[in-house]
Amino acid sequence: MNAKWIIAIAMALAQVVPAQAAKADAAPDAKAAAIIKRDFHDNGIAKADRVNQDELQALCTRFGDNPPRKDQERIEKQQTQAIKWPADGKYLGDWKAGEQLAQSGAGMTWSDKAGDPAGGNCYNCHQLSAKEIAYGTIGPSLLHFGNTRGNTAEVQRYVYARIYNAKAANMCANMPRFGHMGILTEAQIKDLVALLLDPESLVNKE
Amino acid sequence: MKNLIKAALAIVLASGGYAALAEDKGSDEIAKYREMISDANPAEFDEMRGEELWKTAGGPKHASLEKCDLGKGPGVVKGAYAELPRYFPDTKRVQDLESRLLTCMTGLQGIAEKDITTKPFGTVDHKPAIEALVAYVAGQSKGVSMAVSVKHPKEKEAYEIGKRVFFYRAGPYDFSCATCHGQSNLRIRMQDLPNFTVKKDAQQAYVTWPAYRVSQGLFRSFQWRLNDCFRQQRFPEPQYASEATIDLTMFLAVSANGAKYDGPGLKR
Repeated sequence: MNAKWIIAIAMALAQVVPAQAAKADAAPDAKAAAIIKRDFHDNGIAKADRVNQDELQALCTRFGDNPPRKDQERIEKQQTQAIKWPADGKYLGDWKAGEQLAQSGAGMTWSDKAGDPAGGNCYNCHQLSAKEIAYGTIGPSLLHFGNTRGNTAEVQRYVYARIYNAKAANMCANMPRFGHMGILTEAQIKDLVALLLDPESLVNKE
Repeated sequence: MKNLIKAALAIVLASGGYAALAEDKGSDEIAKYREMISDANPAEFDEMRGEELWKTAGGPKHASLEKCDLGKGPGVVKGAYAELPRYFPDTKRVQDLESRLLTCMTGLQGIAEKDITTKPFGTVDHKPAIEALVAYVAGQSKGVSMAVSVKHPKEKEAYEIGKRVFFYRAGPYDFSCATCHGQSNLRIRMQDLPNFTVKKDAQQAYVTWPAYRVSQGLFRSFQWRLNDCFRQQRFPEPQYASEATIDLTMFLAVSANGAKYDGPGLKR
């Protein structure tokens, strides 16, 4: 083979390679999904099918938590419509029970047992009562949350919705969908609403 | 020997002293504690045990691991961890330290793979050989700059897939690795979270694993670290030394390239 031929082949390859590189992103996406589906297994309550994404998770993953506006509007509407509101029309539970829930990071891991009550995991990410200094910072501080917002029925309903499904208002938010995913019960969510809004709650009192 | 005495002292401190400090729940206190025992890490006992296991004939084939090729040639341990994961032509795949040790323990020593992978992580009364071997091999890269290659197409692919595993949101909490490890200066409770999308954070975190975990009184491998992250992420359990975990390790290790390996570490 002479030099001319080698150069010709090299030039042909040079044109082909960038064209394939442009397509290359979809291939590892599909391969990664297949590997994830293969390499995780059941352990206790954490079943292998948890790696199967719902549409929201898939879109947030695909677009790096910044999905196209039309997807975002559609999904947020769908998530809002799926909120199950309390049948009794009441949103405010017991803030003391809410504080206990907020402290607990338990629930849904493979070391949790079926039927064990889940915690709210709130302090993992949020500041709440001034007394608890061991709070995380992934979410915003909620100290004195109720003091500036009041305790009206509309505010209660808004907070209930945010805890029930944070993604109804912000599709790719970090916060779990505590009601939507069946992590917390209706009564537990009401207790957390009270923790945030009851004027007597430690969140607002001090 | 002096270091071993300090390591013994560290264990004593760990059992009593740490509990008191843990109540303070302050990052500063934990940092001070780490400083106090920094040149004496109980992981040294695991390293010693690992070295003995490496050099002693064992398994059905009565062979030592001294012919095990960790990527720098048969028997070369020095600096090997700083270049892992890497592509191995004999197995035709990318392997991290633990999957490579599996290859050597099954191949050279004739140990059945499931005897190792069924319970690969230590408890108070179960101290797997593979963990001690991890401690030994990792310790032999102390001070060596991380230089994990993505030159081989399989290495490049492992990195790309690992990156996708890192950003994959799923499970009842919708979490990915990036939910907690994709932004800077965050913490869960009082625990600071490294941001693996920033080189400095990734380096600092990666080069201090595997590690002795003071609150558990146990040496922990990198596979354990990932396993417990996925537990808290509310995922199902990753298969030990599976491709998903190796590729994720590849992504994290490459992010740490250039930093001097400083493990085995000492963690809260």
